Amino acid sequence: MEAFGLLLHGFAVLLTWKTLVLMMVGLVLGIFVGVLPGLGGPNGVAILLPLTFTMDPTSAIVMLSCIYWGALFGGAITSILFNIPGEAWSVATTFDGYPMAQQGRAAEALTAAFTSSFIGSLVAVLLITFLAPMISSFALKFGPPEFFAVYLLTFCSFVGLGREAKHKTVISMSLGLLLAGIGMDTVSGNLRMTFGSPELLRGINFLVAVIGLFGISEILLTMEERLALRGHAASISLRVVLGVWKDLPKYWVTLLRSSFIGCWLGITPGGAIAASFMGYNLAKRFAKEPESFGKGRIEGVFAPETAAHASGTSALLPMLALGIPGSGTAAILLGGLMVWGLNPGPLLFVEHKDFVWGLIASMYLGNVVGLVLVLTTVPIFASILRVPFAAVAPMIVVSCAIGAYAIQNAMFDIWLMLGFGIVGYVFKKIGIPLAPFTLALVLGNRAEDAFRLSMIGSGGNLKVFWSNGLVGSITTLAIVLLFWPVIDRLLAGVGLTHRTRTTS
Amino acid sequence: MKAAIALAATLCGTPAVAGWEPAKPVEIVVAAGAGGASDQMARMMQAAIQKNNLMKQPIVVSLKGGASGAEALMYMKSSEGDPNKVLIAYSLIYMLPLSAKIPFNWRELTPVSVVALDQFVLWDNSAGPKTVKDFVAAAKAASAPFKMGGTGSKREDHVLTVFLEQKTGAKFSYLPYKSGGEAATQLVGNHTEANVNNPSENLEVWRAGQVRPLCVFDKERIAYTAKVTETQSWADIPTCKEEGVDVQYLMLRAMFLPGKVTPEQQAFYVDLFHKVTQTGEYKEYMEKQALKPIFLTGKDMVQFLEEDDAQNKALMTEAGFVAK
Repeated sequence: MEAFGLLLHGFAVLLTWKTLVLMMVGLVLGIFVGVLPGLGGPNGVAILLPLTFTMDPTSAIVMLSCIYWGALFGGAITSILFNIPGEAWSVATTFDGYPMAQQGRAAEALTAAFTSSFIGSLVAVLLITFLAPMISSFALKFGPPEFFAVYLLTFCSFVGLGREAKHKTVISMSLGLLLAGIGMDTVSGNLRMTFGSPELLRGINFLVAVIGLFGISEILLTMEERLALRGHAASISLRVVLGVWKDLPKYWVTLLRSSFIGCWLGITPGGAIAASFMGYNLAKRFAKEPESFGKGRIEGVFAPETAAHASGTSALLPMLALGIPGSGTAAILLGGLMVWGLNPGPLLFVEHKDFVWGLIASMYLGNVVGLVLVLTTVPIFASILRVPFAAVAPMIVVSCAIGAYAIQNAMFDIWLMLGFGIVGYVFKKIGIPLAPFTLALVLGNRAEDAFRLSMIGSGGNLKVFWSNGLVGSITTLAIVLLFWPVIDRLLAGVGLTHRTRTTS
Repeated sequence: MKAAIALAATLCGTPAVAGWEPAKPVEIVVAAGAGGASDQMARMMQAAIQKNNLMKQPIVVSLKGGASGAEALMYMKSSEGDPNKVLIAYSLIYMLPLSAKIPFNWRELTPVSVVALDQFVLWDNSAGPKTVKDFVAAAKAASAPFKMGGTGSKREDHVLTVFLEQKTGAKFSYLPYKSGGEAATQLVGNHTEANVNNPSENLEVWRAGQVRPLCVFDKERIAYTAKVTETQSWADIPTCKEEGVDVQYLMLRAMFLPGKVTPEQQAFYVDLFHKVTQTGEYKEYMEKQALKPIFLTGKDMVQFLEEDDAQNKALMTEAGFVAK
């Protein structure tokens, strides 16, 4: 158990008053940053990075990673209370978290979100601790065809497993893919659909779209329908927290499945968003009453949060071991490492043991301390819902605007956000799901690049997607999921399954 | 957050120098993604300036890598007269306007200084051919596409690949990745046969023994003789010309201010970056990343830029990458 000894050594490096204070400061800052939509982890870490230049690398990374954990916890708060995802991977958390808050179960939803974040991260950290060397060689197996297969799997699971009408999912996804094409095309080096506008050069930022689609449209709907945020009388006490924890064992399958999906997608870069959606969809698929999802089911909070955080945490592994950042925040941390003269790469684990194991130990400690911290503040956050809508709504709109602006310091993005707010409103009115749209917007480009690189590499031969066991099985699974409703019916027809078909 | 910046500002207090000085935090604009060579250099400068108290105001790194860096160029262009933004530029200032018809011309910005020249090296997987000759032979003999990874399309890596094809007669399939780091890992994972990364982009995987440098695209060998791996230093890599492939390319790393700033403002930054090049951080960075030290400013710099522009334009035209 060499890893265990090294981990203990990491804790020894970490357990000083100075480090613990830095940890608390980092977590509190992180939660604040996470609560503001759009500001999020990457920006928070970027702003505070220069402050750490005078610290030693271990203290610095502990503080920065605690800002990161804090932001991860904080991101769930706005998703659940206001239907505004603070981070891209909190989108799926809104599906059931927001309805729960509306039914007066905000505290329960928040507790569920924080607890499952903790569980997801913990599983991922355990994985990092004991399997680090093996996992980095697994990540190296991913070339363009493998990446494309994973993206395809995400898209297909949406169409095949989603509860919404299939044609509406496809319409929504296609619109997202269309918008994702705006801007520079990496493969050809040409601009697409920018119509000579310098503002469109950057393409459409995913977070700007999400803030508009979810946050602004929600405000519009609320204004039209009821002029009040529902669900104020949230009963908040230790009893709620313990109640949620007592029920945890009932959901062990969901938690385990989501952790597994999260870890798997986290070590393949860019997977946290895909992981949260996939975790949610699979939980829904295997539930006894899938139609109750989206109406405030606690499992609908557990599944995406566990997956997103397992993935967010395991994303640090490819960053450390290979120098590929798995998320925006990981990319900023990567920049920080280089300033301190630590070059992420295969040798980091060999040459800077103190640092690496100090960081891993801080993941354990940071998560435990973070969980306690957010749980004790649940009442404060949940009480925001008791403030009258007329007072809260302008504040939400302003913080959305600040968030949208801060991402790229562009005024244009605020207009874009308002535009997406109207699009989101219309979509909700005519029953087109928003999730496939956002998914396509964030993964569309990567999927396209991966597909075209695969085609260049294989000389245009589609067989490349079945060229080895890994890519072949992912691709096949994707196609099975795409046609799942048909397959499900066929299986039921020949009596191979007991499933009674649920209404679609 | 504001408080954090203000705190950083007070920590970096430094005696005043005569003449103009920034009154607001200064932004180093990076025309590439996080973790790339430009970002690393900007962070090194940020650390060098803060640690050595070279400026009163804090300095922040702002990543504008959208649209393959075009975002940063347009951002600088639209910041006319703003002396608190400084771009860390590389060859994209010549190439992007040609390949993607971006309405940008570096002559509209205010040149400050050229701070380094970056090398390009031909790398293959350490399980691949050991010499340039064997490598070219393998490429010619390959039946499936022989894959060369690189950063972006119709840019320096792509141009180098085309010239390699012309000089050797081999045929490559060029795979444009989003960053040099990605090109490096894809080579390690055997998804490509080779890449033409900058030294800094492949440094770590070279030290880990996962890739092999075949030759450097310069007239002379890299000057640094300290051992990087157990057996080799940068100076041990032969030039491509020595190995019979006469292809040379160096890439500038230069600082620019937006257009229409005053001569005093320009002078401040010339002085600032001159001081940066004297710091230990800069010198250590140059050696570690195998960059060629250089400091050009004023007329010398403009002359250098004009010649470099002409050369890049010729290469792009010959490779057929200029948009019509």
